[in-house]
Amino acid sequence: MPQVVRSPKVYDVCIVGSGAAGGTAAKVLAEGGLSVVMLEAGPALNPEKDFKEHVWPYQVPHRGAGIGGKLKHEVGDEFMAPNGAWEIDGEPYTSAPGSRFRWFRSRIVGGRTNHWGRIALRFAPVDFRSRSTDGMGDDWPITYEEIAPYYDKVESYIGVFGTKENISSAPDGVFLPPPAPRCTETIVKKACDKLNIVCIPSRMAMLTKPLNGRAACHYCGQCGRGCLTASNFSSSQVMIPPAQATGRFTLITGAMAREIVVGKDGKAEAVAYIDKATRSEQRVHARAFMVAASACESARLLLNSRSTLFPDGLANSSGVVGRYLTDSVGSDASGYFPQLEKMPPHNHDGTGGMHLYMPWWKFDRKNDFLRGYHIEFGGGRSMPGVGEFDGICERYEGYGASLKQRCRTMYGTHIGFAGRGEMIPNEKSYCDLDPDTVDQWGIPVLRFHWHWSDNEIKMAKDMQETFRSIVETAGGTFLSKAKPDGSRPYGIADGGVIIHELGTARMGSNPKTSVLNKYCQAHDVKNVFVTDAAAFVTNPDKNPTLTIMALSWRASEYLLDQAKQGSL
Amino acid sequence: MATKSISRRNILKSLTMGAVASSVLRVIPLEAAEYAHHMVAAEKAASPAGSYTPKFFPARQYKTLQTLCQTIIPADADAGGAMEAGAPEFIDLLTSENPKYQLKLGGGLMWLDAECIDRYGKTYLDCTPEQQKEIVDLIAYSKNAEKDPGLSPGVEFFALLRELTADGFFTSQIGIKYLGYVGNTYLLSFNGCPPVPEA
Repeated sequence: MPQVVRSPKVYDVCIVGSGAAGGTAAKVLAEGGLSVVMLEAGPALNPEKDFKEHVWPYQVPHRGAGIGGKLKHEVGDEFMAPNGAWEIDGEPYTSAPGSRFRWFRSRIVGGRTNHWGRIALRFAPVDFRSRSTDGMGDDWPITYEEIAPYYDKVESYIGVFGTKENISSAPDGVFLPPPAPRCTETIVKKACDKLNIVCIPSRMAMLTKPLNGRAACHYCGQCGRGCLTASNFSSSQVMIPPAQATGRFTLITGAMAREIVVGKDGKAEAVAYIDKATRSEQRVHARAFMVAASACESARLLLNSRSTLFPDGLANSSGVVGRYLTDSVGSDASGYFPQLEKMPPHNHDGTGGMHLYMPWWKFDRKNDFLRGYHIEFGGGRSMPGVGEFDGICERYEGYGASLKQRCRTMYGTHIGFAGRGEMIPNEKSYCDLDPDTVDQWGIPVLRFHWHWSDNEIKMAKDMQETFRSIVETAGGTFLSKAKPDGSRPYGIADGGVIIHELGTARMGSNPKTSVLNKYCQAHDVKNVFVTDAAAFVTNPDKNPTLTIMALSWRASEYLLDQAKQGSL
Repeated sequence: MATKSISRRNILKSLTMGAVASSVLRVIPLEAAEYAHHMVAAEKAASPAGSYTPKFFPARQYKTLQTLCQTIIPADADAGGAMEAGAPEFIDLLTSENPKYQLKLGGGLMWLDAECIDRYGKTYLDCTPEQQKEIVDLIAYSKNAEKDPGLSPGVEFFALLRELTADGFFTSQIGIKYLGYVGNTYLLSFNGCPPVPEA
């Protein structure tokens, strides 16, 4: 038997995970006066060492492609901040037969906030009332009005640029001034204006002005590499430091949570975790627990926390843990814009993301599908990297002076478009424990079940048609690999690929059909909260991170109130 | 060939000036440019830090690889080519770590020599420039493999090599300069787009 070391210390709160949800909880709870311990499965982040901001590709032997070129077509090249991967050695996950699902996981302090897109969109009032609106899915147990003050708090603290637009599908927030549009964006906006597609300054978590001790953006366009001046938002640089400054915060890295241990009274009393360095089992005790390990990882922890009191997993008397799994509907295309060939050389970098975007604009009419999507786009003369000219090589072939010149002429003349839409939860999309597989720490792994319904396929079709009309209206050539049939109709991405997977421990007023109450508190176990995107009831056409932080902030304040009343 | 009395500094100075005012570059005597090129190459070979010993490809195959890279992206009046950009080193490094590339590129180079021996009775490097052009013109376009499936291995090999050569060239200092990328710097404010010409 491995020796189980019992820590005598009992913290007020134990947080599992250090990303958007965990970081927010750590800041609010520690600043609120509670003693907080945080478990992170990965190592600490060291920006000075880990960030490769401003490095040129020729300054590293693999030019960014990674060992053997393995990062060439991946989400992140070797310049990216330590963030995560589709596959983690020794920590598999599985897909049920017929299901295709990919799970991007992070093992580092700050989690996926170290290189998220930083698109910070509020959900709209209607997004919390989808069943009341169109009869599908379920309403949230909270309204927009209840969460709005927390959006305000998060935006005021982390810094989000944007503009007041008064669009009902895309509520305004507390905004810093937006950066000027790039050439690519100017061209697309002009086409959108002709087509009556709303195209407005994006809402992104980068500082266009100094805020709360952080310097303003210096417009190198490299947010994904990690920012040495912390001018963009990451949990590791913006949420964890203020928690640490209180002196009431303890961070345990390399700690893979295995189980939430429950006492005889039915309340959680400890988290059993694997200390990866020694491969030994440890325990950390607390009075309350904030599970914030990312939606699916949090569901996995609950499902693995089986006991005589909770034979189907902790907080799972409803059987809903792992259910209602959704991802964003994603479909992409691009265009070639000849007018960009004529642009004089100029600095195109900007912030590390789009300066304009298209919020859902067809909410005022009947469409072929329910719900909506927004459009992200980008391209132009950013820093050349590996894979930059794959498309030109493939399309034009050849070699020699003509190839070389063509690459120069066509450099930065492509703009990519990505639709991000709402998936309606369905019975066939969920995760459960794989009965046959454990990871290298001995912890049973998740098995994914996935199905896109017709509504999502129709939405992807509409995305492709819209992309085409924008590109052609702008005088460009439409380029898309999407086909109406096959395994990915209209280019719809596989489940999980957009990395907005959520909904696996949803909140609700009915304990029979939901896991959490409206404060992210488990119906079954009052001292357990799940504050990441597992708590979401729906997955609107807005990236989830801002809402994760708003919900976690709200849950943390609720927990602080409970503590003040002595009911911790 | 120019005499050794032309100092390296002078040669490089004239080359640098050429880069600033492109008209100057075009009037650099070919032999001076060639001399500079040889001198830089000789220096690189002489200094242990600058020399490159292939990690995967045997010497002669590596030479074929270098030649092909330079054929894919040649030097011109505006910039050096794939070899000056270090593309062969980059490709060799990645190939040494990637069994798929080893198969495709290593096998592809073998295929190329065998094909040249069949067609011309000698390996690619020993072929005349006209013969080299003839075979490269065949494998540089996938439509040729549709007509003659026997060319497929060559076409597949060349497609990968073209992609990797473009990667190696356009991520190099000279390649990035050639493209005219402006950025990777610290700005106090972002100006956005200069006036866009009409489509």
